[in-house]
Amino acid sequence: MKKLDKKQIAARVARDIPDGAYVNLGIGLPTLVADHLPRGREIILHSENGILGVGPKPAPGEEDEDLINAGKEPVTLLPGGAYFHHADSFGMIRGRHLDFCILGAFQVSVAGDLANWHTGGADAIPAVGGAMDLAVGAKKVLVMMEHLTKSGESKIVERCTYPLTGARCVNRIYTDLAVIDVKPDGLQVVEMVEGLSFDELQRLSGVPLRRLATAA
Amino acid sequence: MRCDNFRPMVNKLFASPEAALADIPDGSTIMIGGFGHAGMPAELIDALIAQGARELTIVNNNAGNADTGLAALLKAKRVRKILCSFPRQADSWHFDALYRAGEIELELVPQGTLAERIRAAGAGIGAFYTPTAYGTRLAEGKETRRIGDRDCVLEYPIHADYALIKAERADRWGNLVYRKSARNFGPIMASAARCAVVQVRETVELGALDPESIVTPGIFVKRVVRVAPSMRKAA
Repeated sequence: MKKLDKKQIAARVARDIPDGAYVNLGIGLPTLVADHLPRGREIILHSENGILGVGPKPAPGEEDEDLINAGKEPVTLLPGGAYFHHADSFGMIRGRHLDFCILGAFQVSVAGDLANWHTGGADAIPAVGGAMDLAVGAKKVLVMMEHLTKSGESKIVERCTYPLTGARCVNRIYTDLAVIDVKPDGLQVVEMVEGLSFDELQRLSGVPLRRLATAA
Repeated sequence: MRCDNFRPMVNKLFASPEAALADIPDGSTIMIGGFGHAGMPAELIDALIAQGARELTIVNNNAGNADTGLAALLKAKRVRKILCSFPRQADSWHFDALYRAGEIELELVPQGTLAERIRAAGAGIGAFYTPTAYGTRLAEGKETRRIGDRDCVLEYPIHADYALIKAERADRWGNLVYRKSARNFGPIMASAARCAVVQVRETVELGALDPESIVTPGIFVKRVVRVAPSMRKAA
């Protein structure tokens, strides 16, 4: 099978973001989506630290320490962009004004529970940032992650074993193997990578999957 | 008619960071603005370290980066407790060491809940219900309630004795404008603290700030200090 690399997953997610959408990209893997937004669509990126209309990263030497994204990387502002304070920013998030947020994940359950902030290890220093607000706030919560852990276990699980970020909040999962919708009655496979059979995806995932009639 | 010796002058401008922070007692709760380095009032924090107040409770989004600013305050062991959303970073080594040694208390708060608890304090709100963190370990032990179709968690305001924030420009009434994403927590922290102290790059004459564009009206600000622009590079 032809597994997608990280950039290809990002490009696949980006394809589903429609013209005019307000979108928050989580830190880490999801920031790659910004580089793959389809040309010809006007998509307005939100950054939790008080920016709408986030533009591409600045040219070397053009960085401004007062203009950074949620991952604290230098960014730019597009014409039409705006700055606002933190309570307004999270009002946009929690108040259901964002069309999409795209988050990384350690685990997603069949019910759409999300675990992405804490490994639960006794020695781990917990850090949550805006993940819990995004999980409950955005109209659609999209997760992008590798399908399997490094040791080959499915990150799509019956029940999350890591501490939850949000319960029943994920709408769609994009992995290096498949695109899967979280429906009230279970997981529905929308797409699989070339050369992967449904049976093989089912075996790797270890949780019940349903095949959309049109899934390749 | 005014008497000759009557000076109705509101003047919140202080001569130095040291003068603006001289009265901070041990045990104070201090909000510190900034998201990483953007908006962090580095010179005020340096002055707070020099001032020597101990047993502080600090409210900030993070728990310090590298060796300067909030990280230096932590390193100096002045902080008893920190409320923040995202302490763990690649360069948060001073916090990490204190936390692992059990020498600092951490109250981890989701970022939007942190912002709203600060806003609520400034706005006189008693408490509020938010859907954030429902069903997670950060809501354990908290009152919950189903409102409409959403399960919510009861959260209380965070008040502070002082707020140390950074803005771009101020007048002597304490009206503020900010610069880009350095605004972040500044406006809400100014409103939530009994005494908001602001470092600015520039002070201007009364009337020079466009009233339509003032972000923090001076009523929320007690003290303003002009500091030379920082030469610090973005981290």
